[in-house]
Amino acid sequence: MSASTIPLAHGSANDGWMPYKGTVGMLSLIVAETAIFGIFVVAYVYYIGKSISGPLPRQVLDVPIFNTVCLLSSSLTIWMSERMLKKGAMGAFSLWWALTVVLGAIFLAGTALEWKKLIYKDGLTISTNLFGTTFYSLVGLHASHVIIGLTMLSIVLIFALTGKLKSEHSHQVEVLSLYWHFVDAVWVVVFTVVYIIGR
Amino acid sequence: MADSTLPIGGAIDLTPPGEVYGTWLEQVHEWVVTVDHKKIGLMYIAYALIFLLVGGVEAILLRIQLAVPHNNFLSPEVFNRIFTMHGTTMVFLMGMPLIIGFGNYLVPLMIGARDMAFPRLNAFSFWMTSLGGLFLYYSFIGGVGLQGAGSAPDVTWWAYAPLTERAFSRGHSTDYWALALIVSGFGTIGAAVNIIATTLCMRCKGMTLFRMPLLVWLNLVVAGMILVTISPLTAAQIMLVIDRYLGGHFFDSQAGGSPVVWNHFFWIFGHPEVYVLVLPAFAIANEIIPVFSRKAIFGYPAMVAASAGIGIISLSVWAHHMFTVGMNSASNAFFVLSTGLVGVPTGIKIFNWLATMWGGKIRFATPMLFCNAFLIQFLFAGLTGIMLSVAPWNWQLHNSYFVVAHFHYVLVGAIVFCFLGGFYYWYPKMTGRMLDERLGKWHFWLFVLGFHMTFDFMHIPGLLGMPRSIYTYEPGRGWDGWNMIVSIGGFVQAVATLIFVYNLVYSYFKGPEAGPDPWDAWTLEWATASPPPDYNFASEPVVSSRRPLWDLKHPEDPDSRYE
Repeated sequence: MSASTIPLAHGSANDGWMPYKGTVGMLSLIVAETAIFGIFVVAYVYYIGKSISGPLPRQVLDVPIFNTVCLLSSSLTIWMSERMLKKGAMGAFSLWWALTVVLGAIFLAGTALEWKKLIYKDGLTISTNLFGTTFYSLVGLHASHVIIGLTMLSIVLIFALTGKLKSEHSHQVEVLSLYWHFVDAVWVVVFTVVYIIGR
Repeated sequence: MADSTLPIGGAIDLTPPGEVYGTWLEQVHEWVVTVDHKKIGLMYIAYALIFLLVGGVEAILLRIQLAVPHNNFLSPEVFNRIFTMHGTTMVFLMGMPLIIGFGNYLVPLMIGARDMAFPRLNAFSFWMTSLGGLFLYYSFIGGVGLQGAGSAPDVTWWAYAPLTERAFSRGHSTDYWALALIVSGFGTIGAAVNIIATTLCMRCKGMTLFRMPLLVWLNLVVAGMILVTISPLTAAQIMLVIDRYLGGHFFDSQAGGSPVVWNHFFWIFGHPEVYVLVLPAFAIANEIIPVFSRKAIFGYPAMVAASAGIGIISLSVWAHHMFTVGMNSASNAFFVLSTGLVGVPTGIKIFNWLATMWGGKIRFATPMLFCNAFLIQFLFAGLTGIMLSVAPWNWQLHNSYFVVAHFHYVLVGAIVFCFLGGFYYWYPKMTGRMLDERLGKWHFWLFVLGFHMTFDFMHIPGLLGMPRSIYTYEPGRGWDGWNMIVSIGGFVQAVATLIFVYNLVYSYFKGPEAGPDPWDAWTLEWATASPPPDYNFASEPVVSSRRPLWDLKHPEDPDSRYE
């Protein structure tokens, strides 16, 4: 009798399946990040209409439709690229992945242009009034997550273009794309709160 | 089993250790770069012990100042810094590292895994947490503030706005508080991610979720709570830094902001935080009480459900710290009810522990002594908590020493007591030597005496109206004698703690060898050598019940027949 194993009585209740640890780790991180963003969103919503001076949202905010379309499309392109990776079509993967990076970069550039206008033309900074404080904090927190995401996506793109990425890495790539989908989902909430409800 | 008296023969590699220790520098290097969960766990625990002593010294200083009225041992400015640092230290540099350290050490062993899911993240988390804490203490030398150099934060551990705004907290002392905890918080979140991934993805064969030891369940719930508890604090502290450095107005009432928003955000963190601290104490009791009652834990599924219930409900009770802030009656009532509700699953746990002991063959070794004291003390702490949860009662006693007595009753009487029990229980596993039982009993009884001298009697000045956070008080209010007793109790606890530290050091060199399973316990960590080899188990364990070692030691009566 094997001294180190105990015979399984009644069979094992699970079939031994456990989720991939990278996915679980990323989902846990997403839960934590959701909580952080949640607090900033609550502050934003609570302070709507409470500024006692300075430019109001409705006066200075233009709804960033083009930016939003770009960012949300990047979720589609990243999903396409994952499908290509599973099939092993590395060329197609790199194409769709690069498109994702480009769309994310366009979103960032659009945000930068929006902020340039707000600061220099409308005189709205983080210290101007409550709207300025909560706007730049919330949108800025999101933008910083986009920057981190784009950095990671670019690293993966480099691995793909130098031939190091293979289809057996699709689990790890899926973990990163989870993060990117999260960033997009947060933008949906931020967009709704800032540009629709808050205006 | 042919090869030995050990229950799982193949799990332990019996080749004699041939390890050669390198130079002193090489050994330090090994610890600095390690990603092994056991070494990281031990570093967390050692870090927590150091700051337990530092925070304890701070407490003694406070108690000297408060022992007699109109004392001038500490100036008011210094007093404010010391009690702020005492609270911040004990929660963030003692409590959190202690629970994460025990979790890191025990969870992989208890689920039959080789290490945590993300070993490098584990190391990163430790160094972030520890360096964040050191950064906080640098403020004693580096924090130029309103009173000149050497300004540690003096804004209380909950750092209410607008005291913390730039206008009222000049210099950098508050920045040290915020930034140190932001950095340390990243480490904590990393540790939580690690525990969740490890528990869900790395269990050994046969270990379904409902066969995991309750300690693992509780650490899973705690890790989930950490994700949504520490994050609000990080967010609020980022907002504070924005207010202080970028001219933001989050808590600035002159611009339409509200300091009460800080209260809400802080206590949305602060209340679940204390449950984050206490659930691992329950975890330890869940392991020790059955083993020393020679009976499996009563009502395992109910314990799992109660733990998860406590975790979830505790997220909804935060404003019971804010009954005097001026919320409307409906809000106050909601929080009264939710706070009362959280007492229900907690009560279920207490009854289950009692039911475990009932009819068992109880052995009062030191771990069990600490856990039994925990049962009585935690019950009492919970009762004063329920009293405080009633808003009108709270209006009388908010910010009085009754509150201080209540929460120290939980923090010391429940959490520290359980962790001390955990030290005595797992020290043999971690070091291969037993702690001295005689010294352990001296430690226990002195600590119980000191604890009750301090924290039982502390309720009385609170009821008589003594506020917290005051550096001195007038004579003749009826508080004098009680404060003296409270202070003396602090010294008794200090003596007990020194006995404990001596025991830890002495037993490491001279204690009797423990062997793999000195307590005749049932969970997987006792199936490997003491201390475990780097790889934990020579071959992956396979389990078929909640008490795999019981099954092996009693093949004629295995648990798997009944589960």
